[in-house]
Amino acid sequence: MRLLSSRRRHPAAKALLLVFGLFMMGALYSVIAPPAQVSADTGNSQQIAEGKALFAVGCASCHGLNGEGQTSGVIQGPPLAGVGAAAVDFQVSTGRMPMAKPGEQAPVKPNRYSEEEIAALGAYVASLGPGPAIPEPAEYEPANLSAEDLARGGELFRTNCSACHNFEGAGGALPNGKYAPPLIGLDHKRIYLAMLTGPQQMPVFSDEVLTPEDKRAIIGYLDSLHEQPASGGFALGGLGPVSEGLWAWIIGLGSLIFFAMWIAAKGVKAK
Amino acid sequence: MSEDTSHGQPGSEVALVDEERYPVPDPGLEEHLPRLTDVDQKAADRATRQVATFFGLVPILSIGFVVVYFAVPGDAWVDFGPLRANSRNLLLGLTFGLALLFLGIGAVHWARKLMDDREMIDYRHSAASSDDDKNYMLTELDKVVDESKITRRKIIGRTLLAALATILLPMIVGLADLGPWPTKKKRAETIERTIWAPGVRVVQDVTFKPIKPEDIEIGQLINAEPANLQELHGSEFQIEKAKAAVIVVRMDPNTITIPPSREGWQIGGILCYSKICTHVGCPISLWEQQTHHLLCPCHQSTFDLGDAGKVVFGPAARPLPQLPITTDAEGYIVAQRDFLVPVGPSFFERDSRHDSP
Repeated sequence: MRLLSSRRRHPAAKALLLVFGLFMMGALYSVIAPPAQVSADTGNSQQIAEGKALFAVGCASCHGLNGEGQTSGVIQGPPLAGVGAAAVDFQVSTGRMPMAKPGEQAPVKPNRYSEEEIAALGAYVASLGPGPAIPEPAEYEPANLSAEDLARGGELFRTNCSACHNFEGAGGALPNGKYAPPLIGLDHKRIYLAMLTGPQQMPVFSDEVLTPEDKRAIIGYLDSLHEQPASGGFALGGLGPVSEGLWAWIIGLGSLIFFAMWIAAKGVKAK
Repeated sequence: MSEDTSHGQPGSEVALVDEERYPVPDPGLEEHLPRLTDVDQKAADRATRQVATFFGLVPILSIGFVVVYFAVPGDAWVDFGPLRANSRNLLLGLTFGLALLFLGIGAVHWARKLMDDREMIDYRHSAASSDDDKNYMLTELDKVVDESKITRRKIIGRTLLAALATILLPMIVGLADLGPWPTKKKRAETIERTIWAPGVRVVQDVTFKPIKPEDIEIGQLINAEPANLQELHGSEFQIEKAKAAVIVVRMDPNTITIPPSREGWQIGGILCYSKICTHVGCPISLWEQQTHHLLCPCHQSTFDLGDAGKVVFGPAARPLPQLPITTDAEGYIVAQRDFLVPVGPSFFERDSRHDSP
C-alpha cells in the first residue's frame, strides 16, 4: 500500500486510472448486457443483402435468382415468397437444402452453413413475402407440461401425425420412394418448425389452428414416449407388423422349416 | 398278420403288375441300407450318449425354471444392446423353452440314429362293415323301434317332429338382435346420414377449436369434426364420429381442378372431404401436400383431393365424398348441409349414381 500511496501523484497515475476504469466498465457491461442474438431481423437491410448474396450462390439455381421458383425443366424448385424464415431455418439447418441433386425428397445431410448465414438467408427469404418467423424457445420447449397436456399431445399426435410418422414416431414409407422421417431424438425446435412450415410432402399445421400450446404438448408427448424403455424384449424398431412379420417369417418359420427338414432327412448310411 | 411278412423286402411280390390300372409297375420300397450306428458299436454308443445328454439336460433346466421362479426378483431387468426385458421372464422363457427344445431334439435324434429304421407298408382296408354286422344293426334297430311303440302310437312321433322343428324358431328370431332391419327408412336414419347439418361448424379434432379460412395456409391439413359431436357421449359419440370425421385441406386454387357443380362448395381452395375411405372405411389422413394425394394406410387406395377426390390408385371404387362448406356470420367455416352421398364403404342397397360430380 505504501508503494501505491507514494506514487499517487505520478504523471502516469491519471492515465492508468482511466484505463482501469474503462476496463471495469467494459467487464461490467459484458456481464449485464444481453448476449447478441442471431436472428432473422427483417428490418436489417445489411443482413438481407448478405442473405441475397448467399441465396444467389446456394439456392438460386433451383429457386430462381429472386426466389420466384422454377416449375418447368429438369431442375425445379418451388417459389419461396411467403415460406418465411422458419422454413429456411428448418430446411438449411437440417442439411435438406440446398439439395445435392433433384429427387423425390431432400434427404438430411450435414449442414455447411453457420447460424449467421442461415439467419441471413432467412431474413432474405422473409423479405420476399410474409411467412412464419422462427419461434422463440418458450414456444417449443416442452417444459412444465402436466400429465393432462401430455395426454392431449398424445391424442393430437395420433390424430394428426401418426398416419405418416407411425404410432411411435418411428417414421414410415410414402409412395414413389418418399418417406416420413423418424421423430426419435430430434431437436424440439426442428419438430416445431416442421409442423409450422410443412416441409416437402408434409402438410402445414399453422399456429392459428394447431396452437403453440398444442404443438408443445405434441413435442412433450414424443419426449415422454421415447423416454419410456421398451420393456417387451426386442422392440424391432417399433415398426409394428412390418418388422415383426419379417422376424416371424424369416427367423420363426425359417427355424421351423429347418427342424422339419432335419426330422425328415435321411441320415448317413454305412456304405 | 400274414400280409406283413413281405413288407420291407425290396423288389418283392408287393409290386403290382396290372397293365390297365397300373401301367407303371410299383417299384416297391427303397433298398434298406444300414446306418453307421447299425454297424459300428462305437457310433451307436456315441449316439446313445448324445440322446441321454439331451434328455439329461431337461430335468436340470426344469429345476432351473423352478429356482428362477422363486429366486429371481420380479423387478430386475436385463439391458443388453437392443434387448431390454424383465430378468425373470427372460430366464423363465429360456429355461422352459430350452427344456422343451432339448426334449424334442433328444427324441428326434434317438429316432434317427438308434430306433429301427426299416420302412413298412400298412394297407388300407375297406371302410364298409361286413354284411353280418349290417344285418345285426338293422334287426337291432327294428327291435328298438318296435319297443318304443312309436309305430302304434303315431301321435308321439308327429308331436316330436313338430317340437324339434319349432325349437329352432327362437334361435332364428334371436338373430334379429344382431342389428336393425336395414329398411329404407332405417338406412336413411343411420348409414346414409351423418350429424353434419346446415351451419354446423367445422372444428379441429381433439381440441374442438373452430377454424377461420384465413387461419389456414396453402398446404395445410386439418383433421376435423362437426362441432355438434361434442354434445354426444359414449357409443353414440363413437358411431357419429366414425361417419362424420372430415379432413380440411387448402390448396393453391390455380393448381387444382374444381368441377363447375362444386364451385360453391369451397372457400378459395379450402376443400372439405370425408375422412372415411370408400373402400372398407379406414380413416385416412396421409396427405401429400404437393401431389394433393390422400393415401389410405389399409389398402393403399389413393384419392386426388385436387380433383374432386377421384380414385387414382388402389381398390376403392368411388371418389371420396366432399362436404360443401361456407363461412358463418362470425367468419368460421361451417357446413352448407350434410354429405350428398353416404360416406364410407359400399353396402348392398347403396345408390351410387351421384358419387361423381
